[in-house]
Amino acid sequence: MDDHKIGLKAGLEIHQQLDTRTKLFCKCPTMLRDKKESTFSFKRYLRASKSEMGEVDEAALEEEKYSRTFIYKAYDSTCLVENDEQPPGELNPEAVDIALEVALLLNMNPVDEVHTMRKIVIDGSNTCGFQRTALVATDGGIETEEGFVGVDSLCLEEDAASKIETEGSSDAVVYSLDRLGIPLVEIGTAPDIRTADQAKKVAEQLGMILRSTGKVKRGLGTIRQDINISIEDGARVEIKGVQNLRLIGKIVENEVTRQTNLIKLREELKRRRARVERQIEDLSDIFANTTSKVIKRAGGKVFGICLRGFAGILGTEIQPGRRFGSELADFANKYGAGLMHTDELPAYGISEEEVVRLKRTFDATEDDCVVIVAAERERAEPALKAVLRRAEDAMREIPKETRRALPTGSSAYMRPLPGAARMYPETDVPPVEIDKQRLQYIKSKLPETFEHRKARYKEKFGLNDELADKISRNPHFSLFERIMESYENIPATLVVRTLTDTLAELMQEEIEVEKLEDHHFMDMFKQLSANAFGKEAVPEILKFMAKQPEMSIKKAIEEIGLRADMKEVKQLIEDIVNSKKDFVREKGAKAVGPLMGVVMKELRGKVDGKMINKILEEKVKEVMVRATSHDSE
Amino acid sequence: MELKEGDRIRIKKKTDSGVVVYEGIVMPTASRNIVIKLDSGYNIGIRPENVEIEVISGVEALKGERGSEKRIRKVKEDLPILSILSTGGTIASKVDYRTGAVSPQFSTEDILETIPELGQIANIKGKVIYSILSENMRAEYWRKLAAEVYREIKNGAEGIIVTHGTDTMGYTAAALSFMVQTPVPIVLVGSQRSADRPSSDAAMNAICAARVACSDLAEVVVVMHGSTSDDFCFIHRGTKVRKMHTSARYAFQSVNDIPIGRVYYDTSNIEKIRLEFFSAYKKRGDKELELGLRDKLEEKCCLIKFYPGADPAILDFFITQGYKGIVLEGTGLGHVSAEWIPGVARAVKQGIPLVMTSQCLYGTICDRVYDTGRDLLHAGIIEGDDMLPETALVKLMWVLGQTTDMEEVRHLMHENIAGEIRGRSVKEKVHLEI
Ligand SMILES: [Zn+2]
Repeated sequence: MDDHKIGLKAGLEIHQQLDTRTKLFCKCPTMLRDKKESTFSFKRYLRASKSEMGEVDEAALEEEKYSRTFIYKAYDSTCLVENDEQPPGELNPEAVDIALEVALLLNMNPVDEVHTMRKIVIDGSNTCGFQRTALVATDGGIETEEGFVGVDSLCLEEDAASKIETEGSSDAVVYSLDRLGIPLVEIGTAPDIRTADQAKKVAEQLGMILRSTGKVKRGLGTIRQDINISIEDGARVEIKGVQNLRLIGKIVENEVTRQTNLIKLREELKRRRARVERQIEDLSDIFANTTSKVIKRAGGKVFGICLRGFAGILGTEIQPGRRFGSELADFANKYGAGLMHTDELPAYGISEEEVVRLKRTFDATEDDCVVIVAAERERAEPALKAVLRRAEDAMREIPKETRRALPTGSSAYMRPLPGAARMYPETDVPPVEIDKQRLQYIKSKLPETFEHRKARYKEKFGLNDELADKISRNPHFSLFERIMESYENIPATLVVRTLTDTLAELMQEEIEVEKLEDHHFMDMFKQLSANAFGKEAVPEILKFMAKQPEMSIKKAIEEIGLRADMKEVKQLIEDIVNSKKDFVREKGAKAVGPLMGVVMKELRGKVDGKMINKILEEKVKEVMVRATSHDSE
Repeated sequence: MELKEGDRIRIKKKTDSGVVVYEGIVMPTASRNIVIKLDSGYNIGIRPENVEIEVISGVEALKGERGSEKRIRKVKEDLPILSILSTGGTIASKVDYRTGAVSPQFSTEDILETIPELGQIANIKGKVIYSILSENMRAEYWRKLAAEVYREIKNGAEGIIVTHGTDTMGYTAAALSFMVQTPVPIVLVGSQRSADRPSSDAAMNAICAARVACSDLAEVVVVMHGSTSDDFCFIHRGTKVRKMHTSARYAFQSVNDIPIGRVYYDTSNIEKIRLEFFSAYKKRGDKELELGLRDKLEEKCCLIKFYPGADPAILDFFITQGYKGIVLEGTGLGHVSAEWIPGVARAVKQGIPLVMTSQCLYGTICDRVYDTGRDLLHAGIIEGDDMLPETALVKLMWVLGQTTDMEEVRHLMHENIAGEIRGRSVKEKVHLEI
């Protein structure tokens, strides 16, 4: 699919934890804990509140409908601020400095006075029911290979509590407070991204700029990406919580697929003159003697609706691994109700006969689809109403919504897009004026920009424009420098190719290259520098190390069978040359070229080509010398 | 240029890299910078230097200032009538843009709009008595409040809820305990975390308070969170309760007494919120519980905290200022330094009652044990028994409002009038969380 043709517009929102000594609004350390070390827990409810502008936020209300209980786990490394039992302290100046540094690196304009706001979030992830966030800078941007991408906003905010597996069967959602309050910067780009590949590259570039400060946290979960995507005739969708950079391109692709398929489904539904009936029926009688465990577990309570003209639609795949029925199920799940439909039944222990009776209840024909949920009335009714609304939307439009990224690269419904009116001032935190001297100081200490680095690489390592550009933008640039400084006999082009193209190719082959750490590369180049193997074997070694990252390079070389004893190599070459004695005698020095092919067949990857060439030349010379001496005899 | 709050403006600011354009609504601020709310919802401050400002449109009425729509509520015959008397405080608060602080502003209507569950528990009738922060409370306001409570009960209210800022709620509770003789529950309630936040304790406290106000408890009580969780509220006797934490939900504790009981909060079944009582209490319908109001107070009383080396001239100062009664918050069992004893004797001789309480808070006053204590007794000090210092102050005001006869004052100060003296000390179960 051509992303340009379908009018793809995407923007990224990157959340990066900062590596500060203390949290954003209290003096607690920014460390994550083993959940078993929790010292006590407490229970809370949250309610929607009026925002500053007097409007109740739509997303906030949507959450309240689920009316859930929240359990919070506290630690000896959290305090009353995290518990929402004490007003927050002042905005952590260390975090403000880092935010300003990142803003300057992204060519942004810091505001003159930073105001902390309360952003209503009532999914329980913040004990207060709001997230504290402050806009620090606007109007910046970065250059990419596919053009300029604006960076509209940089906010400094507190990270949310992390969700732990729901405890037992209760409705309570359990959160851990260790993460709550860790400072993070939220960087929002303009919707300037036009292709899935560009999305991935922008994310990489932003990630690299963040890491260049040396003041951001690293490791799993310390950076999270949200993606805003829309296509022509589609809708703006926000996909949250992408932790794996590699998935970004795939997620964009899959969302484009989803929206394109939903547009097709809409046309099909229109053609069929499909409609939904708002009647919710109690179907429990049909399942009085059912063998279905799902239904038994729900106490035998089953409710259903009929979607006229929807037959086959729910079973249609709209994204890898997800059918339209999955979209509807997301809504039912919000109310803790599992959803089943006649496109997939009989299944789940529901019998053919029960399906027939289901259909009969609604006078459903072959063209219709009956949707059921197994849950008591209090859950089933709102769940089915939500499903009805979603089914109606399917005939009209693609809903604007917030979705949750799935590990597969697909996504599931989360909640409607938040409205704009969800913020009001955090009056407990005084505004922070950013004076010019402070900015000046930060400016004077900025890490090297990519342009500067590129010029330096060209000069110092003699790289051409293309390669210098590639490596200076690459997250591995500092590793590149370390390798170059440590092993002088390794050509710069080889290191650049290895860290860029080779890794990209391995990724294409689904090799988990993120398992490779800096020391793997360092060791590999050390061995290469000592001629322990030939440079042709680099991809093979990396592939091997990605699978067994705990093994030493030396051992790996042995395991792959790369270790070539130079004596043996010389012997081998000598044998080959001797076997072609006549040829050598005939061709003289010109025999080296053709013989090189024969030798390489045996030794490719095990020994550096140059080295082989050298030995070969020697051996050929020897044979020739011997030949002449014979002649003179 | 004159900018008005609510104006929509565009600011063009020159920077090193060019011009940045901000657009938003002018917000109130205490700083010298221009603060605007962007369409994204964020507020930012812009230094009014190197800027070009253009007013795009005049004041956009700051929505949210609107009067709330009045919904007509049907009287539910089977539910009791409760009066909610609002005095301000954080059970009903709003952002003050001028100072940037949270301040009390909502009417009772607003409370009902925010906490509709109250309508499931009772027929609510509301009245705003004051809209003040509780630190601005004063004795004359207690009197007016007592009179309002009295009137509401007389006019048929079957329970009273007083919403109150938490800082001085204990004082007001004590004042009402002495001034109003009540046949129905009088419940003071507040919140420790502002009502504008989704996590506020206001709603749960109010719902639990309403439940208590519908019960058979005929006393003045404080109903507030019992723990950091949203699981139960304690019912504290009005004369025994004290705010013991600046910010936590469980700030209110009964001192020298166990709470009267507890209310188990349950969001799933508001009508069936369970009450549990730990100790005896006056019951609705008891014969001797006739409605009465004795609201006279001698406001010229004070509470002096003693500290090592405190100058005895402090005492003289209050005497020359014409104070009619003094409560001392002494050390330990009830001591001030020997230097103070002549002053104490002088005051008593002049007809100014001096009541001794302890800064230990827990435990009872006993001046017979040490020399200083015996000297104080000899000088005419009145032992405040196991009363909280604040309760002793309020009680002294009230007693002096009833009589100026020293002997009678002494007698009344020792008499348990509203549960303020427990008399029998038992091991405390302190409900503080770790
Ligand atoms: Zn903390």
